[in-house]
Amino acid sequence: MSENPAPSEITVDTVRHLAGLARIALTDDELTAFTGELESILQNVAKVSEVVSADVPATSHPIPLHDVTRPDEVADVLTLEQALQNAPETSDGMFRVSSILGEEQ
Amino acid sequence: MTNTGAASVIRMTAAELAAELAAGTISSVEATQAHLDRIAAVDGQLGAFLAVDPEVSLAAAREVDARRAAGGSLGALAGVPLAIKDLLVTTDMPTTSGSRMLEGYRSPFDATAVAKSRAAGLIGIGKTNMDEFAMGSSTEHSAYGPTRNPWALDRVPGGSGGGSAAAVAGFEAPLALGSDTGGSIRQPAALTGTVGAKPTYGGVSRYGAIALASSLDQIGPCARTVLDTALLHDVIAGHDPRDSTSLRHEWPSMAAAAREGAGTDTLRGLRVGVVKQLMLDGVQPGVKAQFESTLALLAEQGAEIIEIDAPHFEYAVAAYYLILPAEASSNLAKFDSVRFGMRVLPEGGGTVESVMAATREAGFGPEVKRRIILGTYALSAGYYDAYYGNAQKVRTLIQRDFEEAFSQVDIIAAPTAPTTAWQLGSSSSDVMAEYLKDATTIPVNLAGIPGLSLPIGRAAEDGLPVGMQLLAPAFEDARMYRVGSAIEQLITDREGSPFWANAPAIESSIPGKAAE
Repeated sequence: MSENPAPSEITVDTVRHLAGLARIALTDDELTAFTGELESILQNVAKVSEVVSADVPATSHPIPLHDVTRPDEVADVLTLEQALQNAPETSDGMFRVSSILGEEQ
Repeated sequence: MTNTGAASVIRMTAAELAAELAAGTISSVEATQAHLDRIAAVDGQLGAFLAVDPEVSLAAAREVDARRAAGGSLGALAGVPLAIKDLLVTTDMPTTSGSRMLEGYRSPFDATAVAKSRAAGLIGIGKTNMDEFAMGSSTEHSAYGPTRNPWALDRVPGGSGGGSAAAVAGFEAPLALGSDTGGSIRQPAALTGTVGAKPTYGGVSRYGAIALASSLDQIGPCARTVLDTALLHDVIAGHDPRDSTSLRHEWPSMAAAAREGAGTDTLRGLRVGVVKQLMLDGVQPGVKAQFESTLALLAEQGAEIIEIDAPHFEYAVAAYYLILPAEASSNLAKFDSVRFGMRVLPEGGGTVESVMAATREAGFGPEVKRRIILGTYALSAGYYDAYYGNAQKVRTLIQRDFEEAFSQVDIIAAPTAPTTAWQLGSSSSDVMAEYLKDATTIPVNLAGIPGLSLPIGRAAEDGLPVGMQLLAPAFEDARMYRVGSAIEQLITDREGSPFWANAPAIESSIPGKAAE
């Protein structure tokens, strides 16, 4: 693990890869624009590494809470109709999606 | 009801209107209609609302009037209209979060803050405009067009909750709900001369709030006065089993604190901290001047002004723009074209994966895409510790700075925003420069503490409102209402009228109809 990664060059390929992971089909113009912006933002935010040391604990949640549980009771149940009312496409009371696998798979 | 009568109804504070409703001198139907008329007259110019449904609002008003006539027990704000930021889901009006992705979405349930408001008899008057998924500081990133500032129609109202702030500043509603992830309640309040509060993290349930960054998001109240803000805070606060981060805490009445603050010698001996690092280099002269003259007013009343050093605040924006995109990229993964929202088929069809990618390309605006990509990067293997991990450590350091500060002072005061409202369309193309504008509000969200912004005057160079934010330790929300109320009284005494009363008139876009 490196605490201070050398500011890596963000390339169009990096952004294309990230957009793929995030499932956003960016256009070439967007890829170019985001590449420059991402580089600029990362140069600025990388300074978080300047002040922290190994003995500083991370805060994931601003107000500490422990063991948040509640009784496991059935409540707030949506009807089938309610659950499907905003679906782009349904079939036989189910969400309908395009094929999961492509032809060559 | 005459035009004059309607005009006076919309200019009442929520507290005044509630008193008239309780006395029976005004019905909720009349109050609701007066605000609907105002929206019809001026919202073509303001663009504060994304959805209004007079039938729905008037039906709710009739029900409250009937309950009152039957002698039922009603909440303090029963019958008063309430504007609702469009990231809170509602069963009776659409919810879009300012995005094409959710155009036409109808929630099968109400957000808890909305449900509590309804139970208290408040009348939903419409859904307010916002930057898409609350990402932005100007409301120009709404997929449905910008909102304009009631003080100057060529200026932004701030963001992301520009619609809620403009609605209360423009007399379209006395009260509104907002959300504050990095300043989205407080900064629009400052830019529109209104009041807005971000409660302690977990003080108000986030259930039914379309999540941006879950460890930062907080729902809160907006209004024209400190007391009205406090009254709405009391309605929405409290533990909710549907939000596991909501706090089990017995909150004191914020309204009682606001009333007490205005009525007593609140400021004598009060230790007010001024954080060096929140006085940004780029602060506008008129903002600085109003802030300093308000500090002088406080000192005259016996407050002690103490300079505070918070060395880690300069890293707050950097930490925020790692934590927020990381959490947002995860939260927005649910917009997958399957269960709700838009679906776009790529040319020639394709697998569910390519449908998802085409949908997210078409449904998200540029700012949303930018932050998702950034968050995806920050969370990726090999960079996680250096970016997201270290940002969370900075968060600890900022909390420690606040702890140290509050060991020396009772409350912290700072300019809410470094500038007044800017011209629509004038935002810099330098994304990072835009992000840095939020440096005054962001540390509060990282630390989870409460903050309240109230108007303290107008900048000499442009005549536009300037806001001061008051910050208190976690759980001490009542303290900022007490002090805020005292400051509001001083400003009202100095100006000779409440700050909001001096907002300029907006020409009605309906011919022949006076919009005063």
